[in-house]
Amino acid sequence: MTLWLMAGLLFTPLAWAVLTLLAGFRRGRVVTWLGIAIQVLVSLALWAVVVRDGGFQYPLGGWQAPLGIELRVDGLAVTFVLLTALVAAASGLHAGFYLDPDKQWHRYFWPLFWFLWAGLNVVWLGNDLFNLYVGLELISLSAVGLVALGGQSEALRAALRYLMAALLGSLAYLLGVALFYGEFGSLSLSGIASALGQDSSGDGTGFALVLMLFGLALKTALFPMHRWLPPAHGIARSPVSALLSALVVKGSFYIAARLWLELGAPLGSLALAQLLGLLGGMAVFWGGWQALRQRKLKQVVAYSSVAQIGYLFLLFPLTWNTTEAAALQAQQAMTLQVISHALAKAAMFLSAGNLIMSVGSNRVNALAGVSHFLPFSLFSFGLAGVSLMGLPPTGGFAAKWLFLQASLATGQWWWLVVLLGGGLLSAAYVFRVYRASFVEDSNIDHFFHPARRLEIIPMILALLSLGLGLMAEPVLSVMALTFANGEGT
Amino acid sequence: MTPSLLYAFAGAALCGIGLFGFIVISHLLRKLLAFNLMGSGVFLVLVGLAQHRSGPDPVPQALVLTGIVVAIAATALAVVLIRRYFHLSGKTALEDPARDTLPHQGPREVREAPRE
Amino acid sequence: MKRILTLLPATAVCLAFVSGLAYSIWQIAITTTSVDLPGLLGENLDQSGVENPVTAVLLNFRSYDTLLEIGVLVIAGIAGISVARTSSLEDPELRTSDTLLYALQRWLIPLMLLLAGYLLWAGSDRPGGAFQAGAVLAASGVLMRLGGIPMDFLRPGIMLRLGLSLGFAVFLLVAVTSALHGGEFLAYPPELAKTLIVVIETVLTLSIAMVLLALFVSAPVNNAEEPEEGGSG
Repeated sequence: MTLWLMAGLLFTPLAWAVLTLLAGFRRGRVVTWLGIAIQVLVSLALWAVVVRDGGFQYPLGGWQAPLGIELRVDGLAVTFVLLTALVAAASGLHAGFYLDPDKQWHRYFWPLFWFLWAGLNVVWLGNDLFNLYVGLELISLSAVGLVALGGQSEALRAALRYLMAALLGSLAYLLGVALFYGEFGSLSLSGIASALGQDSSGDGTGFALVLMLFGLALKTALFPMHRWLPPAHGIARSPVSALLSALVVKGSFYIAARLWLELGAPLGSLALAQLLGLLGGMAVFWGGWQALRQRKLKQVVAYSSVAQIGYLFLLFPLTWNTTEAAALQAQQAMTLQVISHALAKAAMFLSAGNLIMSVGSNRVNALAGVSHFLPFSLFSFGLAGVSLMGLPPTGGFAAKWLFLQASLATGQWWWLVVLLGGGLLSAAYVFRVYRASFVEDSNIDHFFHPARRLEIIPMILALLSLGLGLMAEPVLSVMALTFANGEGT
Repeated sequence: MTPSLLYAFAGAALCGIGLFGFIVISHLLRKLLAFNLMGSGVFLVLVGLAQHRSGPDPVPQALVLTGIVVAIAATALAVVLIRRYFHLSGKTALEDPARDTLPHQGPREVREAPRE
Repeated sequence: MKRILTLLPATAVCLAFVSGLAYSIWQIAITTTSVDLPGLLGENLDQSGVENPVTAVLLNFRSYDTLLEIGVLVIAGIAGISVARTSSLEDPELRTSDTLLYALQRWLIPLMLLLAGYLLWAGSDRPGGAFQAGAVLAASGVLMRLGGIPMDFLRPGIMLRLGLSLGFAVFLLVAVTSALHGGEFLAYPPELAKTLIVVIETVLTLSIAMVLLALFVSAPVNNAEEPEEGGSG
């Protein structure tokens, strides 16, 4: 049973990448629906298995670590697998109707989409440092390919900028892997963690951890290394932007978080933890401020991602050398923030795509009058915005509330400034979009009306993000599931 | 000091040179070369350090082979993107895109005509 | 002066980076490891189906990495052909009309094909293997293209896409069917390991060459442009 679930999870995206590469856009769309159905079912079933029996290690090819590659299937991993299935399914369905089937290069959307999904699953389940590197590259290159799709000059510029940042980040990560392998002779993350716990002092690998965190932070677009993100996320087609903002940046962050939680205690330092938190806090303010100043709608949403990513990095100071309870709260807050931001941001980008399609312009001011015409998409945008602001009862609120409690419990009150100020800034930029859409002096009187199914998808995502605050308890209890032998985070 | 360790240190030096090039040079093709230099440095560290510790070790050699393929894939894709970008915009560097924020009310869209 | 001011921080960053790296390499070099991976590998080598330990790691112990790595290569190929618009391969501008090249081609191409075949075969017990063979094969393809030999299969079409995905698809198929035998995924049945690895290596060689060649061919040749979503208005 588990064997088939794992195989379904790991190999359907890869197989579907090949199938859709051979088919055209329209046939690829039908094939993709089938694949999405399989992936969602498999993810749900795997989630159910882990909820019932707890997590497990899965050695690929029957070779145990350190010789072979072992996957770790625990509560956090399956939660993210399920989240990916949800958001990718939504983006894939949306893209099927959103992208123009007559543009011949859109046929390449499907294989890249499936490779991206495969790469994300590799990262969530990975426990082998080098395997994670390959997974990261799988994600980066397919994401760059998706941004460049169509090959228009501005898109190429954004894609190249993204590619350069991603390559530098990967190399920094790989250099860290090289140092870790030199020190421990093993690539298994849990193997290294247990070796560190026993005898080895890990001399010299502190620098390796710094390198890897730098590389991953660059790929996650942490301030001030965020400058590649807004052009790439702003210029990509909306379903692509949704995938990139909701999932791709989370992949590299997830690896950073796993590294930190396993190796941070022996190898990290107070300065490193506080620095990462500080950069995260600055990202919240800078991203929010820039989002307020953008003229293009999707740039507003993209800068909002820079800000929301900043919150995630509060994990680092709040788990370093703190009490177990506070560290657990911070981890829960991080998980909820990842999930709620993924749902809200995907909803936001997809509804922004609908709005842009409707008014035929990507500028915020061009939205004047759209409130009459496309209330449904605008409402999804607003609901997602409520979650980003962190108002109750949304998932965003639950995440920020837990961050706040963890900050108070560890005596690091200065993060409260970030949590409150960031919420106000997000309120400001969401209301700015709203204000623009309620302006009545529009002289455009023809709006294109996107199909109803394009409007329903972001609405579902926004509602999920809203409801996450109410369902936080069960979600968090699954996340905390570790292996039967009590190992792991 | 074994020869393998010497390789590792040479790799460290290459990484530094490559990083310098990557930061300083704005020409995209040269930036890409700097990236490849850095990549070679990383591979040297990976193999050199491991072999200094435990003699000939096929695992890092296999990792480096995988790493090379990934680096080649990335490089080839980057070259295709750079060439097309150059073809469309006539530029060889990624200068700052025109600021697209509210207070700036200059030319609305800065767009260079294609070369051809 | 301004140039120096911009170079100074970069130099400082790089120097700090190199000294930190060298220091930690030194630190790591003088301690001892707890895991003896090469020893572990030697014990399991006879079960892997090949004598060359590097090939054994690539195609058996860490075959998942190799599968994904070929995936990365295919992605690069797809992304490359998706942005490029190759109008016609017979474009005279893309040809090098050099009599020396024509003459050399007749000698070099058969030799390179032979070398590619040898590298592929050698991969089972000494350095060599799919990637090296594929690179040589791609190089001979580049040479042929520069010499103006028509290679229609490189035009964007079903042939190109089949060629791009062939190696990856076969690798994947082997991984899935080995599970039907009741084994774990990516675990080859021991008696078939050698055959399967040779089959995989061969198709991988073809696909790797195809991807590299396709990326070489994806030269931008037209001005097709599509505006950003919603245009600039």
